[in-house]
Amino acid sequence: MKHFLFAAALILSAPAAMACETVTIGDLTVEHAWSKATIGAGRPGVFYVEITNTGSTDDALVGIATPAAGMPMLHETVVQDGIASMPHAMSIPVPAGQRAQLSPGGYHGMLMGLTTALKEGDSFPVTLTFEKAGEVTVNVDVLSMRAEGPDCADAGQ
Amino acid sequence: MRLRSLQIILWVAATAAVLAFAAVRWWPAADDSQAAASAFTPTFALADSEGRVRTTDEFRGKFLLVFFGFTSCPDVCPTTLSEVAQVMDDLGSDAGSVQPVFISIDPERDRRLGLADYTKAFHPAILGLAGSEAETQAAAASFKIFYEREADTASPDGYTMAHSPGLYLIGPDGMWLRQFTYGTPAAEIFSDLQSRL
Repeated sequence: MKHFLFAAALILSAPAAMACETVTIGDLTVEHAWSKATIGAGRPGVFYVEITNTGSTDDALVGIATPAAGMPMLHETVVQDGIASMPHAMSIPVPAGQRAQLSPGGYHGMLMGLTTALKEGDSFPVTLTFEKAGEVTVNVDVLSMRAEGPDCADAGQ
Repeated sequence: MRLRSLQIILWVAATAAVLAFAAVRWWPAADDSQAAASAFTPTFALADSEGRVRTTDEFRGKFLLVFFGFTSCPDVCPTTLSEVAQVMDDLGSDAGSVQPVFISIDPERDRRLGLADYTKAFHPAILGLAGSEAETQAAAASFKIFYEREADTASPDGYTMAHSPGLYLIGPDGMWLRQFTYGTPAAEIFSDLQSRL
């Protein structure tokens, strides 16, 4: 019984655990990588993540790549004079000693040309390219369409 | 002498009465005209996913929670629709008094991608509407909102939409009540609605 409960707890916590996985590259810590389920593959998916720079040198996220989408790009939601638009972001600053967030209503990865619909509970890898630190790959959890973020014990939001 | 002072008193009283009357007449009048300037009746006549034309008139007696967006929008629209879905869940037995409506500003593409699948994935109560270009422009104008198609070679089909991301509340009499700006938490929208129900 004890083993069964432990196994059940593992299975239940597995989806949340991945988004709560932390990957480091140099002075950068990458965590809370998540996406939202999509209806079909015809509409773009989204990618959110948090990057903490514990070093003393500014860095920047300059690109993302994933087998899940043909054309992943960085965008920023900008609400100016009451109008929301979504310009392409050439790079997302990750200043020394600070945390950069790709989160709803701000910077986000836009996954265009999805190879398949993203289903809740799925996960897929995304490789982030930083100007200085180089490349690092994280596993991205697909949460529900209504999710506001991963439910991690240490989540910074 | 006594008559004269009485006359003065009477004149003063009459003047005061006229002034009071004028104040009572004009102040509410000023308030009325101010209310009239901010109160208006937004309307739409747009097809739902089954091609039936739905109009604001059929929802009289209910509060309308209206959002303009497009289904290929990965960040802003799902965030707002998730909040609307949460509000509908929180309303519980009062949910029948509120009709959430998603009006597509990208109607041709959204009809092709499937509007009902999209809105229902957030909440079955959300009604998705996608009319013609002219009908959509008319609805947006009556809600006093802005949207525009922006050429963007990096976007799917070569364009994206810029739009007013607010959520608009219309009263049971069809009058505009207020806007919830983008990012207003579901709990705040819920408590505002609760105070009106």
